[in-house]
Formats: sequence, C-alpha cells, structure tokens
Amino acid sequence: MDFGPYLMLAIMEGALTAAVLALTASGLALVFGVMRVVNVAHGEFFMLGAVLAWWVSQLAGGSPVWGFLLALCVVPLLVGVLAAAVDMTILKRINYDPERTIVATIGILYILQQVTLMTYGPEARPVAPPFNTRVALPWFEMSNGALQLYWPWGLSITSYKLFVIGAACVVLLGLWALMTQTKLGLLMRATEQDREMAHAFGIPVQRVYAIAFGLGAGMAALAAVLIVPIQQAHYLMGGDPLLLSFIVVIIGGLGSLPGAILAALLIGLSDGIISVFFSPTLAKIFATLLVAFVLVFRPNGLWGTRNS
Amino acid sequence: MTTTKTIAEKAVSKPTRRDALKTLALGGAAAASMPLWARYAGAQTSEPIKVGFQVHRTGIGAAYGRWYDRTTSAAAALINEQGGINGRPLEIIAEDDGTDPKRGAEVVEKFAAKHNCDIGFGTLFSHVVIGSAPRAGELKLPYFVVSEGHHVASGMLNRYTLQPGITDVKSQVQAMAPFVADNLGKKVTMVFPDFAFGHDHRDYFTAAIEAQGGEVLEHIAIPPTETSFTKYFPKIPRETEVIYHVMVGPAVLTFVKELGEFFGPQRPEIFGFIDSLEAVDITSPGLEFLEGTYFWEGNPRYAQENQSEYDAFFRERVGVDANGASVSDPRDVSTYAHMFGCWETLHVVKAGMEASGYRGTQDRAALIEAVEAMTDMPHSIAHPQGAKVFNGKTHQVFGKQYISKVVDGKLLLVHTTSIEDTFYPDEVDYTTQSL
Repeated sequence: MDFGPYLMLAIMEGALTAAVLALTASGLALVFGVMRVVNVAHGEFFMLGAVLAWWVSQLAGGSPVWGFLLALCVVPLLVGVLAAAVDMTILKRINYDPERTIVATIGILYILQQVTLMTYGPEARPVAPPFNTRVALPWFEMSNGALQLYWPWGLSITSYKLFVIGAACVVLLGLWALMTQTKLGLLMRATEQDREMAHAFGIPVQRVYAIAFGLGAGMAALAAVLIVPIQQAHYLMGGDPLLLSFIVVIIGGLGSLPGAILAALLIGLSDGIISVFFSPTLAKIFATLLVAFVLVFRPNGLWGTRNS
Repeated sequence: MTTTKTIAEKAVSKPTRRDALKTLALGGAAAASMPLWARYAGAQTSEPIKVGFQVHRTGIGAAYGRWYDRTTSAAAALINEQGGINGRPLEIIAEDDGTDPKRGAEVVEKFAAKHNCDIGFGTLFSHVVIGSAPRAGELKLPYFVVSEGHHVASGMLNRYTLQPGITDVKSQVQAMAPFVADNLGKKVTMVFPDFAFGHDHRDYFTAAIEAQGGEVLEHIAIPPTETSFTKYFPKIPRETEVIYHVMVGPAVLTFVKELGEFFGPQRPEIFGFIDSLEAVDITSPGLEFLEGTYFWEGNPRYAQENQSEYDAFFRERVGVDANGASVSDPRDVSTYAHMFGCWETLHVVKAGMEASGYRGTQDRAALIEAVEAMTDMPHSIAHPQGAKVFNGKTHQVFGKQYISKVVDGKLLLVHTTSIEDTFYPDEVDYTTQSL
C-alpha cells in the first residue's frame, strides 16, 4: 500500500478506536471526578452493555435496524440503573472509602463477569449492524502535473464505522451540554468541587452520586452497544476497555472530562497509526510508556488542573 | 496454589471408619439404583474406566469446547451401549481448563490425584497441550490430545502424550500446498494467530509452498485475543495472488468480515483453514465475499452427495444436521472439522485397552505400548472422518485432508488428498524413552 492511503486508513481505524474509547473513558472520568472513587468494574459495565445489546436485539427479532435502535435506547438505561443500584447498596455502605471502593468494585467485576458466563455463556455472539456498506475512499496522485483522484486498493471504511464515529461525537456533545447547561450538571459540578459544602447547601449528594455512577456506567454501555455490531459480545471483552480507559483517564488528568476526551483521541489515533505502521504490541507499549511519563512529569495529567 | 493444597490435604487426611461406612452405603445404593451396571457384571471389576476430559469450557476455546463435549459424550454413550471397554463402562470426568495452560496443568494433576483417572484426554488448544503435557508425563498419565498441533510429532513432548485421532498441522499444510500452488497462485501472504499453532502454519506452509516453486510474500501474525483486524491488512503486499488465512478465538467472525471489507470487489484468491470460521455460520451477514473461496476442512461440515454411511451415523449420534449445525438449533454451528477427533480418539483408547487387556492404572504403560503398536485404522464407525495410519514412533496419526469451495453459501468438497500426501520423515522416536 502507498504511504498516503495507508496513513488515511490508519487514521480512520484510529478514529474509530478513539470514538469508542472517548465514550468509555469519559464515563470513568465522570465517576472519578464527581465521586473521587476508582471504579474497577467499569469494563464489566461495558461488557454488560454488549451482552444486553445482543439479548435485546434477539428479543426484538425482525429487522436488525429495530433491534439495534431498541438496544441503543434501552441498554444504557438498564446498565445505568443497575450501576446506580450498586452505588446505593454497596458503595454507599462502605462510605466511598477509596481503598474499600477499589476492593468492592473488583468484587463487582467478578460477579458481573461470572454471572454473564453462567447465564449468557462463553460464546462470542454477533449483533447484526443496522446498515453496513463498504465505502471505498479516493486518494489523489499527481500525474502529468495535474491532481487526479483514484481509488486505491484496500482503502475503505464501512458506513457503520462512520456512524459510530459520528454518534460518539453527538453523545459527547450531549454530555458536555448536560454538564454545563443543566441543573443536574450544575449539581454534579458543585458536588465535584466540594462535597461538604454542596451538602450544606442542600444538594442531595447521595442522589447525585448514584446518578453520576449510573451515568458513567451508562456511557460505557452505550459505547459497547455501538461497537458490538463490529466486534462480538463476549464475557471477557471488558478487560481491554478498562485498561485503556485507565490509561486515558490518567493521561488526561483524573476526573477531567475534556482531558479524557483529548487523551482518548491521542491514544486512539496513536494506537491506529502505530499498529498499522509498526505493530499493535508497540502501540500498547507506547501507551503504557506515555502513562509512566505523565505520572513522572505531570502527575495531574496533561490537561488536569486540580492540585491534589 | 489453592487447588494443589486442597489435593494435598485430601491425600493426607485418612478416612475414618464412619467415612468408610458412608462410602460403602452410598456405593450400595448407587449399585441398586443402576441396573444398567448388571450388563458389566461379567468383567473382573465393574468399576468404570475413568477418562479425565480436559475441556475448554470457558476462555477463547469455548466454542470448540462445547462441541468437543457433545462429541465425547456421544462417543462414550455409543461405547457403553456396545458393552464398554473390557466389560467395564466408560465414565467421562470433565474439567474446565479455561483454555489456559496453567490451569491445564492443574486439571491434569486433578485427574491423576483426585479423580484417579485412567487417562487424560481431549485437549485442543496447542498452548494448553504444551503447558499440560509435561505434568502428564511426570504423573505417568496417558494423555490423549485432540489438538492438531505439530508439538506431538515434533518430539517436544513425552512418551505419555499421544495424538491418535486427529492429524497435525504440518501434514495438513504440506498436503494443501500443491493444491494452492497449482490452482490459486504462487505468491502467498499468510495471516495466522501468533502462538504455537499459528507458528506451525507459518513454518510448515512456507516450506511446503517453496517446495512447490511458490513463495510467501509476507507473514502477518495476529494475537489470538485481538478484536479488531483492519489495521493488520495494509501489510498485505499488492502483488499477492493468494491470501492464506487461519484464525482462532472469539473474534473470528470479525476477522473474516473485516478481511472482506478491506478487499471489497478486488479480492485476490483466498484459501483459509476452516478454523477461521469454526462454529460460525458461513451465511452470516458480511461473509458474502467468501463465495468462490477455498477452505481446508478436517471433515466436511456440509453433508456431501457421496457422504459415507459412517459420517451419516456420526452426525446422527452427535446431533448435527446436514449443514453442520445442531439439530436442535440451526444457529448453533459445530466445529465439524475438528470434533471427530474426540470420537476417533476414544475409539482408539478402547482398542488400545482391549488389546492390552487393560485392568487399571497399573496397566497405563501397557496401554501406551498397545497404542504405539497400532498402524492401519480403516474407515469405519470408529473412524468416520476416513482411514488413517498411526505412527507409533512419533505418536501421531495421518489421514486424508479435504478442500472445499464455497458455492451458493455452502462448502462443497472439491479435492481430497491421499494419506501419503501428508507423510513427512519422523522427527522423534518416543518408543526409545522409558515408560
């Protein structure tokens, strides 16, 4: 493959990774920002989203479009409610103590994974994409001093992958609007800045926590519903998103939403480009090294502001 | 570590008189409630022969595990209906190894120490075999693998590990190379999973195609846990005439779909190992581009026009329809190209135990020697995939290979190799090792 089309393909693949990662990581960043707890079960909420998407689309039957749309509306809600329940029944009881929360969420991770294994089974199951056509992409070349378009071999993307990238942008804009333009966002930001003071001003901190935890898990589930027509739902699929989300959140600055999104772009694109041109293993090495350097030189993350 | 400790504790704790009485009472009750056992009364003992079945119930091999399980149960039921082995019933003791080499070794340990199994059996994934076989050798537990890997015949393992029910990758790819070079093209790019099994493909196919005057332009190794594949495909050189693909793991459907999306209408010839689509419906959306491509099959998934009576019988007993899917759920596609190996291996075990007059674990060495003495295995109910030749020195069986073409969304058999096509010089003589 020529360099130009090759790079373009790498960027497209990277953009897809970045889009899904931005959704997942912003959920994790939101939870950390508002609640100051590390949710190790975040990847399992992602997995649950994919598995439930399969289940809902099976129930819906008929055309894959309806099954997918139904999953897109219902699944993040279901996962969000489950996460909120986890918050109220478990995390609240241990008083959001950082160490105990980590242990508790590790427990939740195993419970979710094993329950999925026992009910849904160990198979990887596909969800039919609502639409999926191959879009060949043009590239230009200089011939006889004039620019000419041509369609290089292998340079393509599918309409569904483009849709995932677009949908992720819309959802992230929606999240931004929620945080900055609504009362709920105001309450969450107030709680984030000072929990005690927010409580003193009559903000129902407990409810805000449950909503934030549910919203964070719902974001992960939404990302999974979007990706499951490309990959398949499998009970072990939560590991990679969790690891990558942590990397993104650390690089972006713990709890910083814009930081998480920028870092997702950086990691997603570099993953796409490095794995296309060199090897996927090198891409992982790069991401991990970046985390190490950020922790050493900018412990608050590249875009983090809080001095903690 | 916990498992080992528990086993150790159990081994040390002595049974009390009360425990012994309990066991006797339980045994008596069981005997009374199972009149079927009466049929084995002629044997010296009616104790069942215990086969420790190491099954990939979870992890990346789960789809294979499900069908290996069904095939093994069907074969054991058939053997028991026919009177068992040496007049004793066969009992399958299944343990999940999570498709994980470390757990694999623990499972082998458990078979020997806890269940007191006569043999270990049924492992597929090569890294699990390689992780488990040394422990089986130390425990002197005959270990019958159904794995395809070349590690048995390469001499890497030990005298207690045998592969009498399924052919190995080296012989498979060697038999494929002439077909690929003559019919599809000589410039090949290989895409394979980055672990022992994939490396067998890489090494032996590269050598085999070079022997045919062809060449491999590029080797593309993909980790078996990968979930997204497009990023690997630009490495395929433009002048490639044939893509040779083999992939395993939960994401095989994504792999093949993205391969099709990458090429679009300008695909080269494609030759794949059916492993890339085992347990996957070949008519899944996104796989239309496979029409006209070729697959190696260990055993044809779709019932062919000239299907043998043995294949029909095997299908019926395991519960597989003419399209290679479960009779109870047409979406549950089998791993038809591999699972016959469990059926055939159990029949080899039966033949070996009968030839050696196997009585119990003290005769394990005699069982190994009896299997090593085997040569021809005719096409029969015991060997529904086809006739085979066993090599007692390398502990590896050799058999016919099938090449199918996708025609109208079904796999149509177009070429069958001879057994001789799959032979290669011995690389080891396990019979020189002590038992």
